[in-house]
Amino acid sequence: MSVATQQLRATYAFVERNANLVKRYWSWEFVWLVYSIANALSVSFIGLGMENIAGDRAGVDGSFLALYLIIGALVWQFLSVIFYWITDVISIERWEGTIEYTLMAPIHRITHMAGQTLFAVVYSMLFNAVILAVAVLVFRIDLSHANLAGGTIMLLAGSLSFIGVGIMASTLPLLFPERGSQMTHVIIAIMLLISGVYYPVEVLPDILQKMAVLSPATYVLVGARAALLEGASLRELWPSIWPVLLMGLIAIPSGLQVFGLAERYAKRTGKLHRNG
Amino acid sequence: MLTNNVTPTYVIDDLPVSAAAEEVNEMSAPAIRVENAYKAFGKSRGLSRFVWLPWRKAAPPEKTREATETTAPTEAPAGKSGLADNEDRSRRSVVVAVDHVSFEVAPGEIFGVLGPNGSGKSTLIRLIATLLLPDAGRIEVFGHDVVREPMTVQRLINRVSVEASFFKKLSPMENLLYGARLYGLEGRQTRRQIEEILTRLGLEARAIRNPMEQMSRGMQQKVAIARALLSRPRLLLLDEPTTGLDPRSKREVQAVVRELQAEEGTTILLTTHDMAEADSLCHRIAIMDRGKVVALGTPAELRRKLPAGNGQQPTLEDVFLALTGRRLADDEDQV
Repeated sequence: MSVATQQLRATYAFVERNANLVKRYWSWEFVWLVYSIANALSVSFIGLGMENIAGDRAGVDGSFLALYLIIGALVWQFLSVIFYWITDVISIERWEGTIEYTLMAPIHRITHMAGQTLFAVVYSMLFNAVILAVAVLVFRIDLSHANLAGGTIMLLAGSLSFIGVGIMASTLPLLFPERGSQMTHVIIAIMLLISGVYYPVEVLPDILQKMAVLSPATYVLVGARAALLEGASLRELWPSIWPVLLMGLIAIPSGLQVFGLAERYAKRTGKLHRNG
Repeated sequence: MLTNNVTPTYVIDDLPVSAAAEEVNEMSAPAIRVENAYKAFGKSRGLSRFVWLPWRKAAPPEKTREATETTAPTEAPAGKSGLADNEDRSRRSVVVAVDHVSFEVAPGEIFGVLGPNGSGKSTLIRLIATLLLPDAGRIEVFGHDVVREPMTVQRLINRVSVEASFFKKLSPMENLLYGARLYGLEGRQTRRQIEEILTRLGLEARAIRNPMEQMSRGMQQKVAIARALLSRPRLLLLDEPTTGLDPRSKREVQAVVRELQAEEGTTILLTTHDMAEADSLCHRIAIMDRGKVVALGTPAELRRKLPAGNGQQPTLEDVFLALTGRRLADDEDQV
């Protein structure tokens, strides 16, 4: 058996394990799906509500606004599900005590993270497909002019940088089993604020607009909206695609490096084991 | 080293190509070589020493800390380091878990580490298992350094810890399949092996596919042993594998250990505070107390350290008491 075969099988180990976890926690996954659908719909109804509140004088196009918001909700859901699957599984491993067995296995950290993220991306796409289907039914969204393939490519390109950020953030539950998972919310909350999920970044104060340039979600949202609302072609999407590819190219190796340092620190200080 | 040493027979095909190429050197090396290993917890290191926090006690003078950090690995007395001795000044406690421990284990040997809770047995196992980095000293597994070649070492070992750590919602089959795939094992064959091993260990077929949370601790511990066996390790690290098991389960686990050593030639490092278990299973035993190895030898050699009283052979408990002034059953925090 070659090393490559061993590493490939190990990658699949994480995919299969996470799929089994979803299967065993199916009721929780169902609750989470219902919550996510309700959340996405609630945000999108704000668009219709604005038309109603402002009346004819303001010239608000409620349907466009609802679509604008639902794209924001879906993109954010997609990216945050990837992020949380990467960080939460480390939390679960700490909680169950299996982290020592995972880190003791003869696998490269890139193999470990590749398995984690492969599952996270596939799961997030399926999860969001259900939300999108419900939204299309509720809002009678017309996607005939949308560039769905372009939107999907935009999402996948953006997921790379979120994978990198997720790997970095997963060092928090690795080092702080009790509160590390909650600490990761800070990262997501700041990105939600600065990336223009539910509003254009132009409405933000100067300092937040400058920060928005560094958030991969900013580009994903601009690109996804262009693809789905205006049917922008891949050529037109490229100005949004290349920055997130570049960020992913930097974030993933950096994430692996940071995780490696945290692992070494944990092994030096005995933090992998909680009681003794 | 052993009179009844078993020549190990390993399936090299199961190892990655690079590992197979190194097999020749590995065969001539001891299974474990621990040289002056030292591990302490609670040392103040890194940038945090430069950060002032109002709730943190005043830091000791820099000179004291430098002196204690450099002298602790070579001059620390048992159980406490120089830094701990300077507690009044530093107000930081240091626990020396493994204190200049040295020993070798031959391939195919069952080597016991006997000691009470807090003696450093689990830390020693974690150091060998690449889960901790030693502060000083050197540890090799079949000639491979655990710090410099962790992945090569990881291919050769597996470990069973005192607490059976699993994804409790997943079934034994799902947990073991995950564990086996991490070692590159193929799914279909592994499923069959899992059923065989678990059935042999006394699990009912139904339990193999039910969540682990529905199983008793003893059953979970058997699944933990099965997980370690699946990767066919050349060195098996057993950290109190029978603690908390009922007498029957204990005997079953002990039988598996014997069988593994006899049939596969697996080297086994077993920590326990069960003296009867150590006596019956181990070819040699190291007695640890407060991080130090206080005696090492075959069970018979250890017993000979004490004169027979009233015509009765001294037990390992008597030996331990004589060497350390403490009983094995002393209840302390585990280190």
